[in-house]
Amino acid sequence: MATSISKEEVAHVADLAKLSFSDQELEHFTGQLQEIVAMCEKMAEVDTTNVEPTFSVTPNVNHLREDVADNWHEKKALLAQAPDEAADLIKVPAILNGEDEA
Amino acid sequence: MANENFETTIGLEVHVEMQTNSKLLSPSPVHYGDAPNENTNVIDWGYPGVLPVANKGAIEYGMRVALALHAEITEDIRWDRKNYVYPDNPKSYQTTQMRTPLGRHGYLDVNMPDGSVKRIGIEELHVEEDAGKNTHGTDGYSYVDLNRQGTPLVEIVSKPDLSSPEEAYAYLEQLRRVVLFTGVSEAKMQEGQMRADVNVSLRPRGSKTYGTRVEMKNINSFHYVQSALEFEERRQAQVIRSGGKVRQETRRYDEPTKSTLLMRVKEVADDYRYFPEPDLSPIHIDQAWIDRVQAELPKSAGDRQVAYVQDLGLEQYDAEVLTQTLAMANFFDAAVNAGADSKSAAKRVANYLIGDVNAYLNKNQVELQDTDLTPENLAGMVKLIEDGTISTKQAKKVFEAIMEGEEPEAYAKAQGLVQISDPAVLTPMINEVLDDNPQSIEDFKGGKDRATGFLIGQLMKKSKGQANPGVLNKLLLAELNKR
Amino acid sequence: MTFNYFDKTLADLNADLKAGKITAEELTKETLANIQATDEDLQAFVRMHEDEALAKARAVDEKGDFSNPLAGIPMAIKDNIATNGLETTGASHILSGFKPVYDATVTTKLNDAGAVIVGKANMDEFAMGGSTETSYYKKTKNAWDHTKVPGGSSGGSAAAVAAGQVPYALGSDTGGSIRQPAAFNGLVGMKPTYGRVSRFGLFAMASSLDQIGPLTRTVKDNALVLNAISGFDKKDSTSVELEVPDFAEKIGQDIKGMKIAVPEEYFQEGISDEVATQVKAAIVQLEAMGATVDKVSLPHTQYGVAAYYILMSSEASSNLQRYDGIRYGFRAPDAKSLEEVYKNTRTEGFGDEVKRRIMLGTFSLSAGAYDAFFKKAAQIRTLIIGDFNKVFADYDLIVGPTTPTQPYGIGEEIGDPKTMYLGDVLTIPVNLAGLPGLSINAGFNGGMPVGMQLIGKPFDEATLYQVAYAFEQVNHFYDQHPVVEGK
Ligand SMILES: [Mg+2]
Ligand SMILES: [Zn+2]
Repeated sequence: MATSISKEEVAHVADLAKLSFSDQELEHFTGQLQEIVAMCEKMAEVDTTNVEPTFSVTPNVNHLREDVADNWHEKKALLAQAPDEAADLIKVPAILNGEDEA
Repeated sequence: MANENFETTIGLEVHVEMQTNSKLLSPSPVHYGDAPNENTNVIDWGYPGVLPVANKGAIEYGMRVALALHAEITEDIRWDRKNYVYPDNPKSYQTTQMRTPLGRHGYLDVNMPDGSVKRIGIEELHVEEDAGKNTHGTDGYSYVDLNRQGTPLVEIVSKPDLSSPEEAYAYLEQLRRVVLFTGVSEAKMQEGQMRADVNVSLRPRGSKTYGTRVEMKNINSFHYVQSALEFEERRQAQVIRSGGKVRQETRRYDEPTKSTLLMRVKEVADDYRYFPEPDLSPIHIDQAWIDRVQAELPKSAGDRQVAYVQDLGLEQYDAEVLTQTLAMANFFDAAVNAGADSKSAAKRVANYLIGDVNAYLNKNQVELQDTDLTPENLAGMVKLIEDGTISTKQAKKVFEAIMEGEEPEAYAKAQGLVQISDPAVLTPMINEVLDDNPQSIEDFKGGKDRATGFLIGQLMKKSKGQANPGVLNKLLLAELNKR
Repeated sequence: MTFNYFDKTLADLNADLKAGKITAEELTKETLANIQATDEDLQAFVRMHEDEALAKARAVDEKGDFSNPLAGIPMAIKDNIATNGLETTGASHILSGFKPVYDATVTTKLNDAGAVIVGKANMDEFAMGGSTETSYYKKTKNAWDHTKVPGGSSGGSAAAVAAGQVPYALGSDTGGSIRQPAAFNGLVGMKPTYGRVSRFGLFAMASSLDQIGPLTRTVKDNALVLNAISGFDKKDSTSVELEVPDFAEKIGQDIKGMKIAVPEEYFQEGISDEVATQVKAAIVQLEAMGATVDKVSLPHTQYGVAAYYILMSSEASSNLQRYDGIRYGFRAPDAKSLEEVYKNTRTEGFGDEVKRRIMLGTFSLSAGAYDAFFKKAAQIRTLIIGDFNKVFADYDLIVGPTTPTQPYGIGEEIGDPKTMYLGDVLTIPVNLAGLPGLSINAGFNGGMPVGMQLIGKPFDEATLYQVAYAFEQVNHFYDQHPVVEGK
């Protein structure tokens, strides 16, 4: 496998993760990540053909909630925690490239 | 068709907000038009350590849509996280069903503009959560309201089976009708309860490979979808004809110019880093559960139309109008069940709903369910008309009353709005009028039809409009012939 | 030094309170005074809640009901467990000043039991670390040697209990974060079965691995605390709808005929001689008490660390993406644009270890790496579970060391994440499989404790307590305690 993770890749990952690094930090992180990634590549030795992945060990199935509305009336307390708010809305610097996802 | 040299390929992804009582992952109410952030709690805000619990009602609503679209329901479902950062997305991931969508391989039969029926494949449909709402100020700031955050959505992904803007429009109309009749949403476009993402590409006629597709997101009017697609057909054809290449990009529809505008070019595919959601339990859907939801599923608009035409003798057009909304169709069904079950009574109920009731709703800008009219009262009034107790003219007053919640029979009696059909009462009245109008008898004998019209008029005056015109006419002719 | 918990079990304290020998308020005042005197040196607490603690103690006294074994008794809670209205930060700058408007379910349970929460125990930032050195706020010392790390990430919880500041503390364990600091401080630390204790209100690191559990000096105390915090919670979809047994029910029963498996992989390279010697001696003791002991193999153990670091960091990268400066917590003051709010807030708000894991996780989930990293790790997780299942078909429990080494010096390993990660090699498989794991002091070497790990079948915590108690009662290591100097 031997995926060597490049500095450019690390920069792209940082962008996805909304972190910024100076050039020197990027260098440092790339080195450390390469080392960790190399350690993890040890996994390639294991034959996992036809092995189902395990994403959770919960034995629960259909742990669901009945469709009953319950307003906890927390609006004021929540807005009080927001770093910036106005007229009961959360205030953020302008969203520029507006595109809703859903 | 934009150009006979090209084939258009269209795929639609439609999001419908489901009107459950509570949100997909928190018990906050799903309710429109409340004050900002009123219906939010720590779960909706993505606070540290809080956990989601999925809403059974949302799963079942999703199952309704899946069943209505003839989709196979997935037995074992695990939720996925779709990671992206946005102010209206508090957890920075959307809880969705990427790898195990609730339904797969469905279809929708669509009445196409040329009168044919085309079966459009449904690739898959899944349940996921809606985002909050951002408003953009002119002050350099945006404002986030999380009321909508967590509203359950069903996303319906079509196969790329649509080949013209008109087909896309017809598909959306039909899809809206089907969704409406599952009872999960009123699917009001103007309120954003139904939104379409459009993918469109052109390829030279006969070509095996699809062209590069352009994406347009969140269009909330079917007409805009059609108009945007018409523009894209022209634009992409022109690009290709002039030797250019269509770029993979996201565009948006600009209503004033009826054109589409570039938003961003997609150089690299978005990386949403999907992975299975470890905070929610998996869902297992067995046949018994499916059967139960199937039993709760309201009858579709199409099935109802067939029944209205075949069993109740309605015109196809009327049947279609009655099935514009689930509320109207349910109301009609309830009125029929309340006794207006003869063909003529059903026809009268239909006429009232399509005519006077709709006019009332439009004039007062209200929804049927928000008026005081009940199916029982409408059926009751129609029965009074049918058995001759009141005239259609008298019914006008009764109708106004039942719109205010009055009971028709009691109201008609109290107001003296009861038609006289009894020959024992009418015959002496007729003879009195005939005795007073010998000239009219002469005219009648001389073959002048107008004479009866005059006499009926006199009789209606005498009976203060309460004589049953049908009965009166018959009795008058009989008396005239006796003379 | 005024007061400590070295000679008192929870049962002793409960008896004193019931008998009116001391009031909850007096006990709390003594406790707070002692912490004030000793913590300037130890640095176990990141924050004290003195007024609230005293108010709670007075309320319990007023009620006068000490039927619950935790009523009126002070305790410490890890700083990643939400307490309504009281600052809770996960030892991160990004949550400085953050006051949850809700209680974690375990907090509610403690409050209902009448427990007196005196403060928040220090920890590695967002529980990421094994030495409590990644805390934004302070570096906690090992109770036995102040030049050494207390372990982590529940290092503050462990140090506070080991130094006699509180009789018990709650920690959280994602890859060993209760058991390893318990081992480093000579305590009993329990990581319960996944789903046993509600995670609602625990600031998530890796949702499929995290569990809350108690750190105590004695086995009985531990079982009592687990009794209080366990149980199904409808707010946590992964908490299990199982009746909570009395975890102390098997305590005192002998362990004759108990079938113990010892994995050979747990004594292979990387395990220090001191640790191996001590734990082997302890196993011989268990055998002498009538247990049968066999060597077994857990062949995929060596891949556990890699699989764990991929899965944990992937989940963590997603769980921590919500710290964006928009809705709560720290927002970088200099940020002008939205992108700056995100990037500056996170860049200034997170420490290096957190960033490292976010980066590793984001990478592991990215389109090009998913199959080779995230999915591969999840498949290895399946194989590790299979290894355990095979052993548990024939054995009652698994015994081995908790950690490969004894506590190391403060600052010694912090610059070398890879070595640090390998320190979790023996605890990680237990989290991957969701099993209960308990660490108990197996004795001392060079004046520092060595931890022995007992691993049980799912939801069989009671057997772990039974065996741990039997071992504890023949050794009484808890009678020894570190020298604590107060100011
Ligand atoms: Mg989509
Ligand atoms: Zn979607």
